[in-house]
Amino acid sequence: MTTASVAASPVQEDWRPDALFAPGAPPRRPGALAASVAFGWRAMLKIKHEPKQLVDVTAVPALLTILFTYLFGGALGGSPRHYLTLLVPGTMVMGVTIVTMYGGARLADDLSTGVFDRFRSLPVWRGAFVVGGLVSDAGRYLLAAGIVATLGVAIGYRPGGGAAGALSAMALVVAFGVSLSWVWTAVALVILDSATVMSLASVVVFPLTFASNVFVPARTMPGWLQAFVDANPVSHLASASRALMNNTGGAGGPVIWSLVATGAITVVFAPLALRLYSKRG
Amino acid sequence: MVVTAGDGPAIEVHGLVKRYGKLQALAGLDLVVRRGEVFGFLGPNGAGKTTTLRILATLVRPDGGTARILGHDVVAEADAVRTKIALTGQLASLDEGLTGQENLLLLGRLRGLSRRAARRRAEVLAELFELSDAARRPVRGYSGGMRRRLDIAASLVVTPELLFLDEPTTGLDPHSRAQVWELVREIAAAGTTVLLTTQYLEEADQLAEHVAVIDGGLIVAEGTSAQLKAKVGSGGLHVRVLDRRQRPEAQAVLGAALGTVVHLLPDPHALSVRLSPEVEPTELGALVGRAMTELSRAQVAVATVTLGHASLDEAFLALTGRPGAGSSTDEEDAHQ
Ligand SMILES: Nc1ncnc2c1ncn2[C@@H]1O[C@H](COP(=O)(O)OP(=O)(O)OP(=O)(O)O)[C@@H](O)[C@H]1O
Ligand SMILES: [Mg+2]
Repeated sequence: MTTASVAASPVQEDWRPDALFAPGAPPRRPGALAASVAFGWRAMLKIKHEPKQLVDVTAVPALLTILFTYLFGGALGGSPRHYLTLLVPGTMVMGVTIVTMYGGARLADDLSTGVFDRFRSLPVWRGAFVVGGLVSDAGRYLLAAGIVATLGVAIGYRPGGGAAGALSAMALVVAFGVSLSWVWTAVALVILDSATVMSLASVVVFPLTFASNVFVPARTMPGWLQAFVDANPVSHLASASRALMNNTGGAGGPVIWSLVATGAITVVFAPLALRLYSKRG
Repeated sequence: MVVTAGDGPAIEVHGLVKRYGKLQALAGLDLVVRRGEVFGFLGPNGAGKTTTLRILATLVRPDGGTARILGHDVVAEADAVRTKIALTGQLASLDEGLTGQENLLLLGRLRGLSRRAARRRAEVLAELFELSDAARRPVRGYSGGMRRRLDIAASLVVTPELLFLDEPTTGLDPHSRAQVWELVREIAAAGTTVLLTTQYLEEADQLAEHVAVIDGGLIVAEGTSAQLKAKVGSGGLHVRVLDRRQRPEAQAVLGAALGTVVHLLPDPHALSVRLSPEVEPTELGALVGRAMTELSRAQVAVATVTLGHASLDEAFLALTGRPGAGSSTDEEDAHQ
């Protein structure tokens, strides 16, 4: 019945209670940028401790590139050089679009951990956590795009637009990926379950990537599908990437459409995600 | 209203209400915690302790009532509140994927320390909390006690004016528990107000000047730990009968002999009598002797008799008039 009372012992021999307390005046709260950088640093540290976090963003694009080149290469006809100019930019768009889903799943897992309460009880701009995460996502997308481009070159692809063309295409694709990231961030903040986020995201991502002009020109499709493919931002992004990477001209229109789509998605979902985040709990 | 530092209570809560669907987690809670004290928040599972702390730490919005922390409203002035508080939650509020040192560094940066200051602070805290050896390992591999220590250290990266500790010693071995107690005393001694929740009467007694007992989302008793102990009494007489069928008889006999309420415990052989605080320790022997004589006269076979401190169950009986939500609610446990 009686609880044994343990004599409280000093924590250690040279116990320095004064050191418990931070010296000096309390620091000023960090700005939005500093806090976002700190959260971005956290995301990088997590990759450092768990490199397998990068498996999704490396394996998926690599697999797609190899698979599609040998699967569709013959059917698309012409010399490998010819069909690689079609496939590599398209695969890059597809690969990045697909890997955006994993960011949402990761966030849902992250949100369920206890450290979250601590982050939210800190006097920093609430969006910093989300923005920091997106910066690391952008890094991941760049890696994914880079893998497709590098593998493509290894197989024999030669971008007519040179490094400048390839880099501007990558920038366009990464920006679009980040806008999708905002969407999955909002979804993850509502669903809070990584498996559900993944399945929901797949329902959007797969039609978006396959019902596009990534593999086949829209004119071979039935009318209703053609309408969807023509409106699909992924198609515009693929056209823009091809035009930029291969330097075939006519990049203006698709680039503008891609930027408009990227901007529109961001304008809708970024404030939504930030609001959902700060309202959580 | 202008509130300058040092004025008014650390925590001032009026009629706090929080609903989760149909469930009323907080049912109009009132609470005042003075600056500089250690305040114990005692209650069984589901009483609403964590919910209260989360509202006070600006993590959850209340559905009704007001709460002010050091003069700032938790809803309207959440950011001002956040600069002054730190919360060590019931579940470890740590980043499992990062090392202990990185956790402290990250929090230092997020609290506005420079890179150098954050690094120095992380080192000092790791050493102080005996985590230097583990500081470079991911938290995932920490033991429960190490996690707790790091979690408390993480709340001290920048000295808070008010520290919330949600069940800081649950799941710790006696040695680690004593360490945490010592830490809490040191933290309070230097002027930080501490609100800690616990399920252990002894812990509240050890650490807190004032204790509030919460049950069903309401404060059911409040006072200094001495006042509460007086209400609970010096302890109880616990009797186990050999034959459970004799328990009702034993209950009647003891009730008559001692002139107080005899409770039936969930164990079908056991009864317990709370001894009133007025009983002088010197009279205790005679009192128990009389009870035993009466039992023997009534031919009740007794297995064990113990005299001891109040357990949490009994404390709840004493303070709330009913068993704590954590204990089994046997119909037999009706009050006589
Ligand atoms: N997010 C939530 N959704 C639904 N119900 C909740 C939620 N959080 C708490 N509750 C309910 O509110 C009540 C109070 O819970 P709370 O966590 O505050 O209790 P507690 O006193 O901390 O208990 P414990 O000692 O088990 O930690 C419980 O009935 C709990 O089920
Ligand atoms: Mg709790």
